[in-house]
Amino acid sequence: MAKTKTDKILLAHGSGGKLAHDLIRSSFVPALNNPLLSQLDDAAVISHEGRLAFTTDSYVVQPIFFPGGDIGKLAVCGTVNDLAMVGARPLYLSLALIIEEGLPLADLERVVESIKETARVAGVSIVTGDTKVVNRGNADKLFINTAGIGAVSPGVDISGHNARPGDAVILSGPIGDHGIAVLSQREGMDFATGLKSDCAPLNSLVADMLAVSDRIHCLRDPTRGGLATTLNEIAEQSGVSIRINEEAIPVRDEVQSACEMLGLDPLYVANEGALVAMVDANDAGAIVERMKKNRYGQNAAVIGEVRKENPGRVVMKTGLGTTRIIDMLVGEPLPRIC
Amino acid sequence: MRLVSEFRQSELVGGLVQNIRRHAVKKARFMEFCGGHTVAIMKFGLRQLLPPSLTLTSGPGCPVCVTDNADLDKAIALAQLPDVIIATFGDMVRVPGSRSSLQEAKAGGGDVRIVYSTLDALALARENPGKSVVFVGVGFETTAPTVAASILQADREGLNNYYVLSLHKLCPPVIKALLDSGEVNLQGLICPGHVSAVIGSRPWEFIARDYGIPCVVSGFEPLDILQSIDMLSAQVAKGESRVEIAYRRGVTPDGNATAIKIMEQVFEPAPARWRGFGEVPGSGLSLRPEFQRFDAELNFDFDPGPTINEKGCLCGEVLRGVKIPPDCSLFRKACTPENPVGPCMVSSEGSCAAFYHYGENEDR
Repeated sequence: MAKTKTDKILLAHGSGGKLAHDLIRSSFVPALNNPLLSQLDDAAVISHEGRLAFTTDSYVVQPIFFPGGDIGKLAVCGTVNDLAMVGARPLYLSLALIIEEGLPLADLERVVESIKETARVAGVSIVTGDTKVVNRGNADKLFINTAGIGAVSPGVDISGHNARPGDAVILSGPIGDHGIAVLSQREGMDFATGLKSDCAPLNSLVADMLAVSDRIHCLRDPTRGGLATTLNEIAEQSGVSIRINEEAIPVRDEVQSACEMLGLDPLYVANEGALVAMVDANDAGAIVERMKKNRYGQNAAVIGEVRKENPGRVVMKTGLGTTRIIDMLVGEPLPRIC
Repeated sequence: MRLVSEFRQSELVGGLVQNIRRHAVKKARFMEFCGGHTVAIMKFGLRQLLPPSLTLTSGPGCPVCVTDNADLDKAIALAQLPDVIIATFGDMVRVPGSRSSLQEAKAGGGDVRIVYSTLDALALARENPGKSVVFVGVGFETTAPTVAASILQADREGLNNYYVLSLHKLCPPVIKALLDSGEVNLQGLICPGHVSAVIGSRPWEFIARDYGIPCVVSGFEPLDILQSIDMLSAQVAKGESRVEIAYRRGVTPDGNATAIKIMEQVFEPAPARWRGFGEVPGSGLSLRPEFQRFDAELNFDFDPGPTINEKGCLCGEVLRGVKIPPDCSLFRKACTPENPVGPCMVSSEGSCAAFYHYGENEDR
């Protein structure tokens, strides 16, 4: 069968006709191959036992390639991490692409390769997918949606509602890397840093944490809105206050400097490979030790505690010895970072 | 690159705070002119470290905040003209004018682009030869030289589709207006750091000399501000009034001669309207006659409509230092960062936004 040669995505690639067929056969199936996907039926049939976690997210990051990752890696990590944050073991992902006419085929192949590699690292299978192509100008290069299914082991009960007064607050690593790395690539934002996005699948880190403690109450990855917004959400959902210590929160010098220059606060800048956990204080030491042995948790530390008074409020003790209210993010200082 | 953490070292804070407490035996009110200072003071909870005899009052140093509704209406009206691209710094987009905002003009089909510097605006003009690019020139002496440089560059390149709506403001004249009003009784002025990096510290000397008010030019890190408060307190304790520079890594007495020269080459002082102050003589910058072909106001036919000021909004009083944001009946109720009534709630340097985000720091 002769293949149609083109180096750009055409509208016909999304038509359901021959080009679409070839694209799926040549680009997606071999790269993402697994027994469920290669059936190429209208839906993947999977068997399960016990509780399932199910989530979805769309990815519109601009630019689609950035230091430390790309939209494909982000699309796998984001959904894997959403599953991991309820303590689920991610198993299956769907993958839907909305492609702007004219996207270089090489860019698409690079993204698919990245999806393949990230799925391999995370240990998940892409079992169903879809491709649409829209007229030039009706999307920006490439948008991706992934949905994911994960298995929740008996006894695991992790939720934003479960933080309890007395819990220790653990952060897995430095904050702000993703938002600043993406921003540094934007047109008109010519500042050079060696900074890379922290984009990473965190399911192995969560599995390690669950292996040493059954008293992990709450997990969340501080993506859009950053650590500050995540802590506020948890404080509100759980009806508690959270007190954190500025000096315990790692921020790379490049991130701090870029934030100063741009008038941003690292506490509000997005992360794609960090998690924050509320755990029983008695287990905090063991959990942090175990996290440090995982490549995604090497800088894990206790950064604060959960308290009862003033429910919904997040307060930070500053390096100066003063205290500061940490509010939710208002507005969108960094659009389309994920 | 370590440009931040060394100015936030907690071990240095203790010594400064001790000094301030030792000096501050008399009741004193200092004004921090800059919105940037207000934000840092609120964000880091610096008031928690000061003795009760010291009061800090926020001043008019927020360019977005002091832009009058009549001037905002001009930018909004320009955004509605066909084939006009408005280039502006981000904060301006959300500031409400009399009836609308640039954000709403954009949603209604206007072409409004956020830029990070005048270089971006020039690039827009080059890329869109069939359209007119109007840069909304809001800012103090800090940004005016960069706008002047963009006009000189456009002149050199023969760009005939680049315009500036000059809403620039000069700081020393408004401080004079503030002091002459007699509304606030100040014992010290924390002078703007970035403005002084351009104009130097000499333009503040009249304040120390004629009004007997100590002045210290301050940087924007917590330690900079505490050091400036310490220097002001020491002057007050000794009964002195001088201009001192705490921000030596950025400011000299004479300022940046090149920046001043470019600014003076393109602009000349003109009266300007300030929110809360009305017209202040010599406090604005208009394009000199030889550059008037770049002046948006003179080259477009547009109708900004009658000026309306929101009833109940105390931004003007807040900018004059006679009220604080919680005094305003709209604060946190009708006026929030998501739904701002006045510019002080929008700007990242606005007092109301600073009080909204960090105000409760004062409770503890």
